[in-house]
Amino acid sequence: MTAYETVETDVLVLGAGGAGLRAAIAAADAGARVLVVCKSLLGKAHTVMAEGGVAAAMHNVAYQDTWEVHFADTMKGGKLINDWRMAELHAKESPERVLELERWGAVFDRTWQGRIHQRPFGAHTYPRLAHIGDRTGLELIRTLQDRAVHMNGVEVHMETTVFKVLKADGNVAGALAYRRADGSLILYRCGALVLASGGAGKMYRVTSNSWESTGDGTALAYDAGAQLRDMEMVQFHPTGMVWPSGVRGILVTEGVRGEGGVLRNKQGERFMERYDQERMELSSRDVVARAINSEVSAGRGTPHGGAYLDITHRKPDFIKSKLPSMYEQFLKLANVDITKQPMEVAPTIHYAMGGVRVEAETGATTVPGLYAAGEVASGLHGANRLGGNSLSDLLVFGKRAGEAAAASIKANPTTATLAGIDDADIDGAIAELMAPLERPAGESPYKLMAEIQDVMSKHAPIVRDGPELEAGLEKILELGTRSKACGTGGSSTLAFNPGWHTAYDLGSLLVNAEALLRSALERKESRGAHARSDHPKTEDHLTTVNYVVEKTTDGMHVRAERQPPMPAYLAEVLSQSHARYTPEATE
Amino acid sequence: MEVSNLGLKIWRGDSKAGELVTYRVPVREGMVVLDAVLWVQANMASDLAVRWNCKAAKCGSCSAEIDGFPRLMCKTPITEYGGQVTVRPMKAFPLIKDLVTDVSWNYEVNKQIPQFTPSEKDLTSSEPWRMQQKDVERVMEFRKCIECFLCQDVCHVLRAHDLKGAFYGPRFMVRIASLEMHPKDVLDRRPLLKGKAGVGYCNVTKCCTEVCPEHIHITDNAIIPLKERMDDVYFDPVRSLIHRIGGGPKKTPARGDPTPGR
Repeated sequence: MTAYETVETDVLVLGAGGAGLRAAIAAADAGARVLVVCKSLLGKAHTVMAEGGVAAAMHNVAYQDTWEVHFADTMKGGKLINDWRMAELHAKESPERVLELERWGAVFDRTWQGRIHQRPFGAHTYPRLAHIGDRTGLELIRTLQDRAVHMNGVEVHMETTVFKVLKADGNVAGALAYRRADGSLILYRCGALVLASGGAGKMYRVTSNSWESTGDGTALAYDAGAQLRDMEMVQFHPTGMVWPSGVRGILVTEGVRGEGGVLRNKQGERFMERYDQERMELSSRDVVARAINSEVSAGRGTPHGGAYLDITHRKPDFIKSKLPSMYEQFLKLANVDITKQPMEVAPTIHYAMGGVRVEAETGATTVPGLYAAGEVASGLHGANRLGGNSLSDLLVFGKRAGEAAAASIKANPTTATLAGIDDADIDGAIAELMAPLERPAGESPYKLMAEIQDVMSKHAPIVRDGPELEAGLEKILELGTRSKACGTGGSSTLAFNPGWHTAYDLGSLLVNAEALLRSALERKESRGAHARSDHPKTEDHLTTVNYVVEKTTDGMHVRAERQPPMPAYLAEVLSQSHARYTPEATE
Repeated sequence: MEVSNLGLKIWRGDSKAGELVTYRVPVREGMVVLDAVLWVQANMASDLAVRWNCKAAKCGSCSAEIDGFPRLMCKTPITEYGGQVTVRPMKAFPLIKDLVTDVSWNYEVNKQIPQFTPSEKDLTSSEPWRMQQKDVERVMEFRKCIECFLCQDVCHVLRAHDLKGAFYGPRFMVRIASLEMHPKDVLDRRPLLKGKAGVGYCNVTKCCTEVCPEHIHITDNAIIPLKERMDDVYFDPVRSLIHRIGGGPKKTPARGDPTPGR
């Protein structure tokens, strides 16, 4: 059996985006030894792609804004299937988390009074997004990164991929990982593990996500016996680049619409009038994405199959100062001057609302010692995420998960788990990881990944239907069988071999894809990001229902679970909100 | 120039041996160098090592030397090169494999720079801080840095002379500038600048500014002002004297570093 090095820590954090770093800081603050493991270099996580800002009801711009309004916006935007307790904690705590970042050195844009400036964004009732130009995510990750590396007790292992969560007597006791650079193995022993590994955008062809977003966290949690929730809910960001083909999917920030950009079809019609007359382009993302999709399906799309996003009515200087990176992105990559020409945009896979089921207060999953925060967790966003709520999500729940993980160490110290790990688990996982290296000439993992992406793009698009989902599921299961026998693309070297790494990623993607298809089949209605042409209405009786995915002895199982009723004080807040709630086809 | 396929030369190998290998890549509309490299990886060389993440010039992972010039692969259209282009790894860092280099030294340097330190009064105040836009804008330029390390790669102090023990490099001059010029920071990092950070090694050739994909004016706005600040304390005869008799800046010197003027 391949040798491995053993490394001990208290809290193991998987992922070094905003949620992972915030969890690491919180756990170290609580006195735990923390080890952060990430697939890329530190500071490159997907958080840097967040452009618009972080949503927090600080009422610096609109004095009327309160946590209650933010709570109601989040719930209605998520079409009410959100975990209401998470939405409450998030709305109440995000202002504090943002101010804390400032005290750690983050520099936000200011109001004329010197307070943190806040900009308007889709489906937020008031201007609420604290921001730094159009690079808020970078500022956030850099601030957290600098804080974390200067703390005692925080260590970072970069370019290391975790491929197995290990348990002892039902508790999480460690994890197995390989170093990308040389393929060497590490056994991490820990008392608690925080998953902060992001989403699974790579299961689609057109995505704003990087190679990293292969849904490792959800797959590892599922494999360890944790429940997943709302897996059918993946967000199509309405505006991704469509042309040239090489850049298809790259994000065009919602800030363009926030600053006045309008959407038109090829006939020049401002079509959002027909979909959401009140909020127009600043409607929630699910509505705008579907509207663009409908226009294209009806033959009113642009030459490359999208819509025009036009901000040319603004002055060139305004555009260049408010949207500097968009200006540069289009000029450089598409040869389009957005101060003079409209952009061509179409929906692109952006975010997973679903993920590991967690407890609101602690981020605890259904497996003792396993925690999750950020995109990999589920609950806060329900059926649709509002722009800006992801950055606040990862600050609020990253901190909570880190604290809870550190606290659990006292009851379940790392040393107690030494003997409990089953050697057969370790050997089996290593053998599975290494297997493709022994058959390098097997099917190419790159080709299989492309097939998964084709299946998901075809069978689980913006508007789904039962038979297509069924057919997709069949293909994904078949791809699962083929992936188990895949090679590496031709090379059996251990040294930085992306073909081999991709072979492992396939397994994670397939768990996510299967869970998505199965959950989507179960949810027989249209709600938020989940639209079905064979069930076009939003069903009232499903408003309190979440679909939960679990691993059983005979494969993946999905069941409906009813949420506990909302307490009166929250129900009252919701009933007083004037924010729009847009169920499908019932208006 | 419109071409149907590209002759892409990629440096393949590790720290011991390697060579340029030519691949023929079918050209797609709007293709950038990174697309071509990833096409080779998926179709011709499955174990080709390359770093990338966002593919939108926001994360700074895909740094390489393209026809000899340090650039981000995701931001470089192949149309700029006609039918031939050569991609090599960054030269200033030890090679791991193919286009991937060991940049860990940069992360070690960052740990040595004392972090953001506000005054005790600001830290304990229960009120949200007030700062003016014009005051924060000065440091915002520095905070745009995506840590692609292209400036470190091109800096001749690091690249040609390998003085990594003596000079932190342009990236970390920008980092120090972002802390020193932060309106709420009270720590004095000038002893560090003069000592371990080695700002004196920079002889202002501005190569770093030229390669910065974020267009940060590294030399003019970060390094030169830092040099000037340091010179105030150490080399201006009058200010140096004032400093020595106790009238120096009220900033606290970074812990573990010699106090200026003593």
